[in-house]
Amino acid sequence: MKKLINSPETVLADSLVGVAAAHPELRVDHVNRIIYRADPTRAGKVALLSGGGTGHEPLHGGFVGVGMLDAACAGAVFTSPTPDQMLEATKVVDSGAGVLHIVKNYTGDVMNFEMGAELAAAETGIEVAVVVVNDDVAVEDSTFTAGRRGVGTTVLLEKIAGAAAEEGRDLAAVAAVARQVNESGRSMGVALSSCTVPAAGKPTFELAEGEMEIGVGIHGEPGRRRVPLAGAAEIARLLVEPILADLDFTGAPTIVMVNGLGGTPLIELYVMYAEVRKVLDAAGITVARSLVGNYITALDMAGCSVTILKADDDLLQLWDAPVNTSGLRWGM
Amino acid sequence: MTNDTINLDQLTGWLTRFRDLVTEQVSYLTELDSAIGDADHGSNMTRGMGAVVEKIQASPAGTVDELFKGAGMTLVTSVGGASGPLYGTFFLRIGTTAGPVASLDAPGLAAALRAGLDGVVARGKAEAGDKTMYDVLAPALDAFDAALLASSDITSAAAAAYSAAQTGRDATEALLARKGRASYLGERSIGHIDPGAASTSLLFQALTEILGEE
Repeated sequence: MKKLINSPETVLADSLVGVAAAHPELRVDHVNRIIYRADPTRAGKVALLSGGGTGHEPLHGGFVGVGMLDAACAGAVFTSPTPDQMLEATKVVDSGAGVLHIVKNYTGDVMNFEMGAELAAAETGIEVAVVVVNDDVAVEDSTFTAGRRGVGTTVLLEKIAGAAAEEGRDLAAVAAVARQVNESGRSMGVALSSCTVPAAGKPTFELAEGEMEIGVGIHGEPGRRRVPLAGAAEIARLLVEPILADLDFTGAPTIVMVNGLGGTPLIELYVMYAEVRKVLDAAGITVARSLVGNYITALDMAGCSVTILKADDDLLQLWDAPVNTSGLRWGM
Repeated sequence: MTNDTINLDQLTGWLTRFRDLVTEQVSYLTELDSAIGDADHGSNMTRGMGAVVEKIQASPAGTVDELFKGAGMTLVTSVGGASGPLYGTFFLRIGTTAGPVASLDAPGLAAALRAGLDGVVARGKAEAGDKTMYDVLAPALDAFDAALLASSDITSAAAAAYSAAQTGRDATEALLARKGRASYLGERSIGHIDPGAASTSLLFQALTEILGEE
């Protein structure tokens, strides 16, 4: 393992020190491992709280700021944060208008956020709404599993729901927008190499030189199948077709994200984006907005994911609204 | 020796012995979790139970509910993942049900353990055969209750529970995972013992060992 770290045990704490030093517009609670906006939540604004295991940066801490999240709870690498963190963050960010918890659908995340919301209800009476993101079409038999995993749509959801909260919508309306995004977004990923969790010190799985894993998760969970490595055009087809088979995207504007998993250069992501557009054009899908880059990663995994969101005028307007975070910034 | 009741010292000893067992078995639990999960169950349980015992030693509990609520909250706040909320809820419910007492008789312990199981089910929504800790906890408590019908001796009931726990643990090997991260493996989850089932079996081993001591 070759990593830019002091020791595997201090990766999270050390990185939070770096976040605090680099971003005066953020406030970091190093004890509870929570990243906040430096300014308190504006009175009457619904607060957005997310979080999860780390190793997916910029998600979630990089999306704290005007137009997106109010706070992000950081767990150890690939391990959910704990309920006391969610309780503390909920208390800090609530301005009286309630708090939306954005949770990716993993067993640990769901249970820990659930306990955090229960503690908040018991201790404070703060109104909490929850949206669980489950957009990964790689998980086919979701009735017999923990369900579809929360992946790329989380990024689009945090941007769009964040804009809705910034606009002054109430908790029920912000939660409704968030659920609409989850129900209208689908993702699929491919790995060209494994990631290496610092504490483990070795790759999570082995992938031979000429192989790729289609449908991989953002923690290196296995995908649908392992197949011989192909060209970008063929990979784009393998990622986009299952998404289009899962939801009808015709007749609506879409937002399309090609996301790097952490170990793939941007130039390759643009090669992929070109091929994804060809597949979508051939299928008669209208692309209204695009996002290409590293937004929800799996440490140093090479590969990418494609997310397609079926939007409408309201979602596009919220997407275009100003945002100012370290991970996503436009319009201001 | 036989025990009609279990006192605070013994219950504290149970948690301490469980800490010792998960620490001794850390590599085994991690190995099981590497096969079908994310390779952190051994280290998570060792860290969590280590924090529990440290807290008990720093400020010993005066009552059974204080002991288990403290243990539950420590696990919930120090472990993360799925095992923190599941084991944490198990101990929290035991504490709530036991109440502010200095010891438990056999029916009292049975009721507290049963409430713990109900808490695990409410939190994790697991059913029999899902390849989880439920597949050890449920048959172990059934065996515990059945043994108490014949005798009020907690020691023999715990031994029956441990025996059922081992059977339940070994039976998870042939199961297809339907909960947690292992469920994403589908058929590939078959042929591996569930790590949560294995650590839950250690919980009953610890209880048996502590009750067997003079």
